[in-house]
Amino acid sequence: MISLHHITKYFNPGKANEICALQDISLEIQKGEFAVIVGANGSGKTTLLNIIEGAEKPSSGTVEIRGQDVTPLPEYKRSRWVARVFQNPNNGTAPDLTILDNFRLAALRTRGKNIRIGIDALFRKKVREKISTLGMGLEEKTDQPMGSLSGGQRQALTLLMSTMDETDILLLDEPTAALDPKSALVVMNLADKLNKEHGITTLLITHNLKDALQNGSRLIQLQEGKILRDLNTENKNRLSLPDIYQWFE
Amino acid sequence: MSQFFLTAVQLSICLGPMALGIFITMKVFNIPDITTDGSYTLGAVVTAVLLSNHWPALAVLPVCLLAGCLAGICTGLIHTKLKIDALLAGILVMTGLYSVNLIILGRSNVPLINLKNIFSVFSIFNEELYNQLFVAFIIIIVLAFLMRYLLLTDFGIAMRATGNNPAMTKSMGINNDLIKITGLAMANALTALSGYLVAQYQGFADINMGIGIVITGLGSVLIADALRLWLNVTKIGWQILLVLAGSLLFQMVLAFTLSMGIDPNFLKLVTALFVLLIVALPRMSGRLSGGLPKNNKI
Repeated sequence: MISLHHITKYFNPGKANEICALQDISLEIQKGEFAVIVGANGSGKTTLLNIIEGAEKPSSGTVEIRGQDVTPLPEYKRSRWVARVFQNPNNGTAPDLTILDNFRLAALRTRGKNIRIGIDALFRKKVREKISTLGMGLEEKTDQPMGSLSGGQRQALTLLMSTMDETDILLLDEPTAALDPKSALVVMNLADKLNKEHGITTLLITHNLKDALQNGSRLIQLQEGKILRDLNTENKNRLSLPDIYQWFE
Repeated sequence: MSQFFLTAVQLSICLGPMALGIFITMKVFNIPDITTDGSYTLGAVVTAVLLSNHWPALAVLPVCLLAGCLAGICTGLIHTKLKIDALLAGILVMTGLYSVNLIILGRSNVPLINLKNIFSVFSIFNEELYNQLFVAFIIIIVLAFLMRYLLLTDFGIAMRATGNNPAMTKSMGINNDLIKITGLAMANALTALSGYLVAQYQGFADINMGIGIVITGLGSVLIADALRLWLNVTKIGWQILLVLAGSLLFQMVLAFTLSMGIDPNFLKLVTALFVLLIVALPRMSGRLSGGLPKNNKI
């Protein structure tokens, strides 16, 4: 699904404050895989996600999605395959627009936004049914502005919005870092469910090592812009929490 | 006396499209665009030249809208492609337009007396002022409904989201640059429409008629915003109506000021002070009751 070939990323190249965020990274993520990426701050996790999504261009190397070289494509063109949930719950939704408006945009992620009224009774029903699966009671609030909801509610809805249209790849950048434990659990369970039920290829960045252990089918550790460890499902399942803690000592 | 205020009503309707344009840039897209001064005059001078050449008023309308569009596209391209601050991009285009307008008009003032105009195309009432009011009213109502429709469409949602959270819209497959350019083109086409209406209403086009006009539109939108927060309005249609009400209130205050016998030379000063008052009032009342109301940035 995703192939990275010899990706290197420099920030401020040639200047005194040059930083090498990623060094010659090659990585294959299979369709339906749920890869969890861990690593200390500055190890290049977010840069890696940015490069897959198109928010950053690699200094060298190529990015392939579904076998197609997408390296030159800007972010808004890659959005037909890639959906993303940010660490900050405010980033993934438009606060002044209603929940329904936000879902309408998400439903058109891979298509044109035409001059026609797209929010009809059928669409309302579809969104309400989808939101009711969260069990948060938000299906009664679809006409409220997104900004009136809590961070946990917004993050859960952002994740749900990614399934409104065809999605091949879901990028989760510390989606639960700003949430309370209960909301965090709802969001992680939802991510797991989307991966299993819809077969969406998922990449999760997390600092929560318990989450890293409990979720996903593959575990990757980055250090100083390189892949230090890459564990498949079998090896990951043999792991215990103290093992991972040791990686960071 | 009533004639006096009817004139203010008429002017507020003619300036309504511009207020809606500023609503698009300032409230929907969150871009401070002041190309307005130039594109307003542009609409007026195009109207004057074409009407003087005996074009029918209805045929002049699309040319005016197109001219406004082009002005907006210039500002949009400078802002998005060259990454220049929107305020500066607007000032640059506005300044350039002054010369363009002068070239189009040929001289600094062209009278349009005794020419057939949009208000004389339809004659329903015998009284000229009522007829003008009626025609302008129909135009603004149609415009308000079109605008409400547009903002409720999928494209409209994309427009509103771009101003609200540009990082999110990029990940929703929206080309932020393109949609901003489209928005600026629309806003300036609306502004040119105001120039088109006012030139025909007052019976002349003047090269300096646009100076400071942006503040009138800005004032209308600010009044609308104050009313929106006060009345807790969220529906798009009502917001559009409030902008038009803001335009009316604005012209009423100016008419009232003039009727008190204030020297017309002070009109711009009064306008500026009035807008300052609108902006300052919610802040001052907020300070008194402890805390600022939400979303009152300008």
